Amino acid sequence: MKLPWKRSGAPSNSDGDDRLARNVLWKIADSPASISAFSSIIAIVSGLIVGFVIMLIVNPGDAVPGFLTILFGWLSEGSRSVGDMLYYGVPIVLTGLSVAFAFRTGLFNIGATGQLTMGAFTAVYIGVNWGFLGAAHWIVAVLGGMVAGAIWGGIAGLLKAFRNVHEVVSSIMLNYIAMYLNTMLIMQLIYNRQYARAVSPLPSALIPTWFLRDVFPGSSVNVGIFIAIGLTVLLHIILNRTVFGYELKSVGFNREAAKYAGMNAKRNIVLSMTISGALAGIAGAIMFLVAGRHLEPVNQLMQEGFTGIAIALLGLSAPVGVFLAGLFYGALEQGGYYLQLFDFMPEIIDIIIAVIIYFSAFSLFIQAYVAEYLRRRLGAEVELPQGATIK
Amino acid sequence: MEYIIEMDKITKEFPGIKANDQVDLKLKKGEIHALLGENGAGKSTLMSVLFGLYKPDEGTIKVRGKLVSISNPNDANKLGIGMVHQHFKLVHNFTVAENIILGHEDTTKGFLRYENAVSKIQNLSKQYKLKVDPSAIIENISVGQQQRVEILKMLYRDAEILIFDEPTASLTPQEIEELMKILRSLAEEGKSIILITHKLTEIQQVADRCTILRKGKYIDTVDVAQTSNEELAEKMVGRKVVFDIEKAPAQPGETILKVENLWVRSIHSNTDRVQGVSLDVKRGEILCVAGIEGNGQSELIHGLVGLTPLSKGKILIHGEDITHATTRERNLSGISHIPEDRQRHGLVLDFSLEYNLILNSYFEKAYQRRGFLAFNSIREHAQDLIQQYDIRSSHGPLSLARSMSGGNQQKAILGREIDHGSDLLIAVQPTRGLDVGAIEFIHKQIIAERDRGKAVLLVSLELDEVMGLSDRIIVMYGGELVGEFDPQTVSENELGLYMSGARRRGVA
Repeated sequence: MKLPWKRSGAPSNSDGDDRLARNVLWKIADSPASISAFSSIIAIVSGLIVGFVIMLIVNPGDAVPGFLTILFGWLSEGSRSVGDMLYYGVPIVLTGLSVAFAFRTGLFNIGATGQLTMGAFTAVYIGVNWGFLGAAHWIVAVLGGMVAGAIWGGIAGLLKAFRNVHEVVSSIMLNYIAMYLNTMLIMQLIYNRQYARAVSPLPSALIPTWFLRDVFPGSSVNVGIFIAIGLTVLLHIILNRTVFGYELKSVGFNREAAKYAGMNAKRNIVLSMTISGALAGIAGAIMFLVAGRHLEPVNQLMQEGFTGIAIALLGLSAPVGVFLAGLFYGALEQGGYYLQLFDFMPEIIDIIIAVIIYFSAFSLFIQAYVAEYLRRRLGAEVELPQGATIK
Repeated sequence: MEYIIEMDKITKEFPGIKANDQVDLKLKKGEIHALLGENGAGKSTLMSVLFGLYKPDEGTIKVRGKLVSISNPNDANKLGIGMVHQHFKLVHNFTVAENIILGHEDTTKGFLRYENAVSKIQNLSKQYKLKVDPSAIIENISVGQQQRVEILKMLYRDAEILIFDEPTASLTPQEIEELMKILRSLAEEGKSIILITHKLTEIQQVADRCTILRKGKYIDTVDVAQTSNEELAEKMVGRKVVFDIEKAPAQPGETILKVENLWVRSIHSNTDRVQGVSLDVKRGEILCVAGIEGNGQSELIHGLVGLTPLSKGKILIHGEDITHATTRERNLSGISHIPEDRQRHGLVLDFSLEYNLILNSYFEKAYQRRGFLAFNSIREHAQDLIQQYDIRSSHGPLSLARSMSGGNQQKAILGREIDHGSDLLIAVQPTRGLDVGAIEFIHKQIIAERDRGKAVLLVSLELDEVMGLSDRIIVMYGGELVGEFDPQTVSENELGLYMSGARRRGVA
């Protein structure tokens, strides 16, 4: 009798274990989505391993407890640390959504930083000066930030659509314009000389905390988390259920086919960049309409925009995935905060988070690698997920 | 030693499919052995195994009686196996000689011994009657000559076993005849040849024996001289095949499409690739644009459907001027378009089948409600078309277009475009790369469209298709129309002369 996994005349490498492994690999190879998810997990795990190795080199004695703190620190103080995890996660979720949305239309918005800066400035300006708005003050300030970000993103979109200027080039340039413009406008319009920073927004402009103050006592979490959840759901619906999302994805997957089908690629490019910018603008508003956080006239690009790129990749450019990846980032950030309890230089926290994010950004590369590995192993033409073209 | 290659019980399994299932191939020294099968029958997989690109799950390969393991193309080359790919692998701005020696350079102390190479090439070219100038630049020579360069490349590497993958796909009838002579003389010089093809006439012309594969399985190896075309086709497809395209005489009605003095600029350079083309297509007829690839047919169609801006000229549909209309407006005014490149233009490969079936109608009332996609009607529409056009796939309406076979991808596009109900159907190489069964189906559908009173503009490179399907033929050469013919009275040879630019006459 022939056993199903032992075929006669089979080469020696086709033993039972190998057969099982191949079946698992086939499952993974079966759909681009599972290759992507698999790659994201590999990215996170390898980032964590390298981070751990760095900790071992710096301080072998505390490496293990320190590493566990990074991973699980966000649970250490119960609702307070969970609340702070959410607080750290929200801006990153939003910049991640910003980059991811542009990705889905086949555009690489590397300018989330600039859009975020413009949003932050506009929100703070409204927050400082438009106290007459009363209860609607913070809402208008956030909307102002959104519009500013949208304009900044839209410029890159217009340049791409009508002048064929690559969005990566134009949005990098716009990042620097936003950075210097921010410094200039703060100095001219809302400068607090005493502290060398922007004037604090009025209390009515700060993002409210509602009942969250009671649920997560002592933490900084505010209703920004609801905005992030709402936008995640909204983008999920737009991308998956609407005609508009259908068009955007068609353009993103195959611009030639979209043109063939009579879609207006230019309009879609401009809209996609505008929406992407708006999301980054909201992130900027939510980051700075907070007590104790101030815009400063320093010529420095804000990192949150770039982190958003990694988060978008890690979240596979799907709104829900990006939301989870953003919260993962928040958890690391929060865990890193508690790392100060051990004998680590404060900078090591940033280095380790950077390593993990860095590896996440590799997930595209890892996707290509995984697909190539599967192709060799199984001999099949494994399809690369959208975007994974780096070889 | 009777056989130079013996592939024995080769099995190669991919996720979900056995691409080769116990396939045998035995090649005699000095014979031309055809490998026949539809797309997806496993011909390429088998050759990839022989060429070291894939490792077989089971089975053995013997070369010259010795058991070998071929794990990459270099191993194959060392065993004297060479391959001419369907799409040539040549460096366009290198000379013929440079291309031939590329990767196999003869050097002393790092300096190229170019003269030696050239004289070796000249000897080979004399011995095998492969006329080609070693100092010519590749982009300046014809496709047929480029193919000879590919052949010389193998001979230069002392290949004894030559594999030709669909070698006639982009040749004119005259060039095909030339190639057949070359194949025969190579065999006479003792080379062993494997000819991958799905064209039965070529097999009858040159092959000694023929191995047939179907759905990954070995079917038979036959002596070509004792087998008819019908038998070969039946073995290949698994059922009887109707060769002749049956159609009633055309009954042309009023003019649907009228094109006046059209000039279309190339996307890549500043020259006009379509130069003053005028034509009209009437209701109930199939007008075929014949020509060799790259003579402006693609640009003509892109100009017609609005993908490339026009330099000058006028396009009328139903007498209505659509010269400046957008692609969407043209589609709505009554143009359906089966594009040349089904994967680049015709489909969004990462979309499901049902999404692809609404690619140019998603905005219509039937498929949306207030901007939200109407999933139920999209699904019903997909199921209708799947049934009507026999579109086969693994997961029905939810199959990823990428995962479907070429034939089914094309049926999906065909169904979508015919379902659109436009008066003009533009079909560009609708059967390119498809197998006999799918070709038969698509031809029938196109004729049915004509009989329903639609105007059909067909662009084809396949002479069989041109002759069998069309009611009127116009030949395009160098961006111009060089002749108009009646398929009843013109011969393939005569068309070939016009297609290669050897002859021309004014078109009414």
